[in-house]
Amino acid sequence: MIDYQKILTKKVQNIKPSGIRRFFDVAETMEDVISLGVGEPDFATPWSIRNEAINSLKKGRTHYTSNSGLINLRNAISDYTFRKHGVKYCPNDEIIVTVGGSEAIDIAIRSMVDVGDEVLIVEPCFVCYAPLVQMCGGIPITIETKVQDNFKLRASALKEKISDKTKLLILPFPNNPTGAIMTKDDLSEIVEVIRDTNIVVLSDEIYGELTYGRKHCSIIEFDGMKERTVYINGFSKAFAMTGWRLGYLCAPKELSKQMLKLHQYGIMCSPTISQYSAVEALTNCEDDVASMRDEYNIRRRLVVDEFNKMGLTCFNPEGAFYVFPCIKSTGLSSEDFCERLLYHKRVAVVPGDAFGECGNGFIRVSYAYSLKHLQEALKRIREFLEELNEGN
Amino acid sequence: MDTILKLLKHNARLSSEELSSMTGLSVPEVEQKIKCYEKKGIIMGYSAILNEELIEDDNDVTAYVEVKITPEKNAGYDAIAKTIAQYDEVESVTLMSGAYDLAVTISGTNVRNISLFISQRLSAIEGVLSTATHFILKRYKDKGICIDQDTTDERGFVAP
Repeated sequence: MIDYQKILTKKVQNIKPSGIRRFFDVAETMEDVISLGVGEPDFATPWSIRNEAINSLKKGRTHYTSNSGLINLRNAISDYTFRKHGVKYCPNDEIIVTVGGSEAIDIAIRSMVDVGDEVLIVEPCFVCYAPLVQMCGGIPITIETKVQDNFKLRASALKEKISDKTKLLILPFPNNPTGAIMTKDDLSEIVEVIRDTNIVVLSDEIYGELTYGRKHCSIIEFDGMKERTVYINGFSKAFAMTGWRLGYLCAPKELSKQMLKLHQYGIMCSPTISQYSAVEALTNCEDDVASMRDEYNIRRRLVVDEFNKMGLTCFNPEGAFYVFPCIKSTGLSSEDFCERLLYHKRVAVVPGDAFGECGNGFIRVSYAYSLKHLQEALKRIREFLEELNEGN
Repeated sequence: MDTILKLLKHNARLSSEELSSMTGLSVPEVEQKIKCYEKKGIIMGYSAILNEELIEDDNDVTAYVEVKITPEKNAGYDAIAKTIAQYDEVESVTLMSGAYDLAVTISGTNVRNISLFISQRLSAIEGVLSTATHFILKRYKDKGICIDQDTTDERGFVAP
């Protein structure tokens, strides 16, 4: 009989399965579940983008593109970063169009992390960074953010974790799961720490279009930071294009040249139809993005307000489409809270510690749902808390 | 359009508390604004959006009538439009650009009633030159809401 354990690498076997997955499996078997667990927009992709895909198919644009992506798309990305951040990337050798932001993260980490290298990961955060670092033999070093800091990264916390082995800082803002953002002032502290080191910042700005009340600021906007940053963005969240699998990275050519090799051998090129449509997204869809953002903002205010009224204190998240209320007042762990809420009231939310240990005591609630759906879910959560209080 | 109006247009049953949460305004501010909209006639009333096909005892028929008229001296199209609007059978009257002048929707309990109304009342109004009647067979979208649409969420329950 074949011994698969001997076949599989130690590294892959040591990776913990995503904490979210377990919930998904349970929720899937139940009826009448109302979910606030999904991390993707509820909107359909704007029509003009979809129409562009149809046109591409009609025209028979069904071949590979160049490895780094359609030049028209790279030009549009270059214009976009200039428009948004005042930073110009060269379309020829500083931009790679990837399969979602995820692939960009993957090839960036694999290009830069050697065995024994330390990678600073700001938690709570999206679930993929630490496993990818581990696959390279790197050591993930967690920097915990705190609710009293509105889950922002502070320079003091960063300094504490930097060692002579530190190679990379992963900066995931606007943040999934907390909804936290880094303002210009917040970032300038970080820039002061990083600028004179040999550390590169992997700035995952996939939620950059979704901030409320103020414009998103990128670390690349600071003097001296373009040369030490891998800027990652994509189409999934801003343009409601998750299923199109399209993202990109912008990086100094010395870095992107090496990353392109991984992309070339692993992927060849990103989906051609998606790429043509993405040009339309970047050139003509600013209004669609704005109207989705307005809609998210209405929901965000409602959800934050409702949680605070229920007594689950919720800091004001200024980005992404998540709120991260504190459930410590119930005396339950995040996992217990979510499990009971699912079994008793059929509402699925994600335990905060699925995004890093410091997320324990919190839950991630997505508001990428219609108002009607949100109101029903909030009603059930309110009932759940009332019953919990009566039980005590 | 003001956010409050947008929200109410979609769901007139939202409470002042809910509107306050959603807009970030205080409850008295929301109420003040709504009162002001009502007073100015911007909000004319609150009604439910019905899928009438599902109402068993309702067999109403609706017709969409294109009306050509001669504008009156001094009053233009307004006088005739207002006259037409006074009939209970008439649900809406709109002045149009293009091949005809007024778009009039009329509802009645059956086709015969509507036909009588058009031939004996509407056509008889002075200034009405001609009418072209189209009966509505089925509605697919009304007031921004798709009727009978599959609303299943394809996204699953949980995703990172």
